[in-house]
Amino acid sequence: MTAAIDVLLDASGIGKRFGGVQALKDVSLTIRRGEIYGLIGPNGAGKTTFFNVLTGLYQRDGGQISFDGKPLTLESPHTVAAAGIARTFQNIRLFGNMTAMENVMVGRHVKTHAGVFGAMLRTKSERAEEAGIRRRAEELLHYVGVADHANSLAREMSYGDQRRLEIARALATEPKLLALDEPAAGMNATETGALRTLIEGLRSDGLTVLLIEHDVKLVMGLCDRVAVLDYGQKICEDIPSVVRANPKVIEAYIGTANE
Amino acid sequence: MRTHLNLPSIKGNVLPMVLLAIALIALPFALALVGTAWVRITNFAVLFVLLSLGLNIVVGFAGLLDLGYVAFFAVGAYVYALLASPHFGIHLPFWIILPIGAFVACIAGAVLGAPTLKLRGDYLAIVTLGFGEIVRIFMNNMSNPINITNGPKGIAQIDPFQIGPIDFGKSDLLAGLNFSGPIKYYYFLMLALMLVVVINGRLKDSRIGRAWVAIREDEVAAKASGINTRNIKLLAFAMGASFGGLSGGMFAAIQGFVSPESFVLNESIMILAMVVLGGMGNIFGVIAGAVLLSFLPEILRYTVEPVQMAVFGHMWIDPEVLRMLIFGLALVLTMRYRPAGLWPESRHRREMTVVANK
Repeated sequence: MTAAIDVLLDASGIGKRFGGVQALKDVSLTIRRGEIYGLIGPNGAGKTTFFNVLTGLYQRDGGQISFDGKPLTLESPHTVAAAGIARTFQNIRLFGNMTAMENVMVGRHVKTHAGVFGAMLRTKSERAEEAGIRRRAEELLHYVGVADHANSLAREMSYGDQRRLEIARALATEPKLLALDEPAAGMNATETGALRTLIEGLRSDGLTVLLIEHDVKLVMGLCDRVAVLDYGQKICEDIPSVVRANPKVIEAYIGTANE
Repeated sequence: MRTHLNLPSIKGNVLPMVLLAIALIALPFALALVGTAWVRITNFAVLFVLLSLGLNIVVGFAGLLDLGYVAFFAVGAYVYALLASPHFGIHLPFWIILPIGAFVACIAGAVLGAPTLKLRGDYLAIVTLGFGEIVRIFMNNMSNPINITNGPKGIAQIDPFQIGPIDFGKSDLLAGLNFSGPIKYYYFLMLALMLVVVINGRLKDSRIGRAWVAIREDEVAAKASGINTRNIKLLAFAMGASFGGLSGGMFAAIQGFVSPESFVLNESIMILAMVVLGGMGNIFGVIAGAVLLSFLPEILRYTVEPVQMAVFGHMWIDPEVLRMLIFGLALVLTMRYRPAGLWPESRHRREMTVVANK
């Protein structure tokens, strides 16, 4: 590896066991700054487990993660968010009874400071901060294209819009790495196309994206590099065209003739 | 800009606001004509409004079911009683004690919150219920070996409020009007209520308030969005508790006497019922719920007997039994036909309709 390659996230030897199931075994991967990195694999391969370990929802059994030059120790989700990793969920997890606007405003929590006393006294700094939160939330709603629904309850929005809103909420934390867990799941071709444009826009705006996706076409077309997990182990990591031709990958997805 | 308070916009509604203000100012004198007891009943209703607004932070905003809320009321009341009575011979002025009471209750809230952070729903309810009972039993038994709370006998002769020459324990004649003690407390409570309503509304529409609602909606997503759920939940408990403590202090002064009996589980349930019946999360719904549930039993107390006598000529059912029967029935019917409360927060209303339609 040359010094010119700017590594944002370096995970090495990540392991996670649930009872008798080794969900992740010695998984190592490196994500470079500014790329879209795909993580694929058959169902149950450990993709989401890796996501949950990375974002602090699960504690890893072993391995190191270094992010943006600093080690990410065994931490809780909010400190991971503060460090600059934001995520979305496979089964959308919005604050259903809050408006789209409020959902994104919650995402600003980690970048703002007002406490109870600031809120009770409506201090000048608190009001300025609130206005800033609102402004940024509006921008982000525009950015992902759901500004028309700013005052709709999140639960009442269409499926595709909910996915976008979740991305806006994640972006509100000003992440360095955005981790998307199957963002295209359940989307039709039009919605997937629009999502692809959105993710490409994120990259051109300088964001690094980690993408878990089942839609192989989307991953191969969108990602700069792809890693394949199978039974909790990484079997391949390379540019899409090489990954596609790798016999192990084909075996994992289609099975061998003898099976 | 959108307001979360559901406050009537000031511009278009000056007249109703002014009328409401006049009505509230005149109310105690009108009630005094019926009987001073009604001024007292109103004062207790306002105290319950304050308590409900405090509990609303914990239950309505943050979605944490708390069945032991009366404990913080008790803490505030006992702090006031100990610092303004002959029991220890300490007589501090109320404006020093009330903040102390709120602060002590706030600490108690955090202490209760700490062990419950990982609990949800039923389990949280049981732990908070236990906490409420522990506090009451503490008050009941802390008379030995050192007599701190005077045990089940309670603490009497608690100092009333005193602002300069105005003694809240006595009547004063001013401009031909008789300002009795309860009437003075009424005005003080109204000021406190306005303050608490404003604080509640501001908290709700703030960074912290959004974090509370986010935790209520989806704790995992809240964490992933960078909210330190542990601290924010503790903050909800502490804030709710300090309102309870503040109300407790005022209760002790108004009543002039505190004993553990005032802080039984029933009271916690009553306050929770006010929050739920009025409409969780909506400040004005909660106020409506508290006012209704405080007055209804009292009104029934005075009407059940005469109505029976007039209709049947003699007493069929013991008034106390019938009173609670009607009260319970009213609660059941309300929850059956308005499951989200009488005046729900818009968010909850939709949520409950969805559930009801399933």
